[in-house]
Amino acid sequence: MLGLGAERLRADMNRLLALLFHQGVLDEQFLQLQQLQDATSPNFVSEVVNIYFNESEKLLRNLRGLLLDREFSDYKKMGIHLNQFMGSSSSIGAKRVRNVCVAFRAASEQNNRPGCLRGLELLEHEYCYLKNKLHELFHLEQQRLLAAGVRYPMQN
Amino acid sequence: MDATCLSKDMADHGEVPHVLAVDDNLIDRKLVEKLLKNSSCKVTTAENGLRALEYLGLGDDQQNISNDNCSKINLIITDYCMPGMTGYELLKKIKESSMMREVPVVIMSSENIPTRINKCLEGGAQMFMLKPLKQSDVKKLRCQLMNVGS
Repeated sequence: MLGLGAERLRADMNRLLALLFHQGVLDEQFLQLQQLQDATSPNFVSEVVNIYFNESEKLLRNLRGLLLDREFSDYKKMGIHLNQFMGSSSSIGAKRVRNVCVAFRAASEQNNRPGCLRGLELLEHEYCYLKNKLHELFHLEQQRLLAAGVRYPMQN
Repeated sequence: MDATCLSKDMADHGEVPHVLAVDDNLIDRKLVEKLLKNSSCKVTTAENGLRALEYLGLGDDQQNISNDNCSKINLIITDYCMPGMTGYELLKKIKESSMMREVPVVIMSSENIPTRINKCLEGGAQMFMLKPLKQSDVKKLRCQLMNVGS
C-alpha cells in the first residue's frame, strides 16, 4: 500500500541519518540545510550537495595533481585548496571530511609530503563514503516521494 | 541617513531590506542568500570584493559616476577570507566612501580568531559572525541592524 511504503522509507531515511550523525560523518549543520528546504526551494538540499560534490571532486583532482608531481613544492597552493574544501564541508555539515582536511592542512603547513600523501588518501576515503551515503539518502527520499503519491511534502 | 531612519522609511513604505552578500564560495553564497530570503530580505550576491564595489558604483573606474545601486543597499555581509580583496579590505573601501559609509557591514568567517575579530570591529564592522550561519543568527541580525522586525 502506498501509505505504508512511504512511512517505511521515511523510517529508513531517519535510521540512515541517525547512523551518519552517530558516526560523526554529518553534524547539525546538515539539519540546518534540510530546514532551509521549503516550498520556494523544494530541492535546496540536493542542489547544494551537488554543488559540493562537483567542487570537491575538482579540489581532489587538483590536490592529487599537485602531490603526484615529482617536482611538487607548492604547499601554499595546497593550503588554499584545503581551506576551500574545509569551508564547503563545514557549510554542508560534512564533519569528518572537514576534520580530515584540518589534519591534511597541518601536514601541508609543515611541508610534510608523506603526511600530505596520507592526508589525501584519508580525504578521498572519507569523501567517497560521504558521497555514497548521501546518494543513498537522496535515493530513499526519491522513493519516499513516489510512494507518498508525488505530492510536495509539507514538512521534512 | 543612518540605519534606523532607513528602517522607518522602509517600514512606512512596506519595503524589504536589500542586502548585498559577498563570498567567493558558491555554496556559502547560496546558503546566505537563502537564509536572508527566509528573513524577508531582498538579496544581491557578489563573488568577490571587486564585483561588490562595482555593484555599489565604487569601482576604480567609476569615480564620480552616480549609481542607483548604492542607495538601495541597506546592509552588506561579506566573508573575510577571499582571494584578491579580503572582507576587511572591502570594509575599509566602503567606510572610505561618503555614499556608503553609513551602511552597516557584517563580516563572516569560519575561523574564530580574536585579533581578526577586533581588527574588523575597529575597522568599522557592525558585527562579526562565525560561519556556518544559522537561521537564528540571521533573524537576530535583521532585528538588531534594521529594526524592521523579523
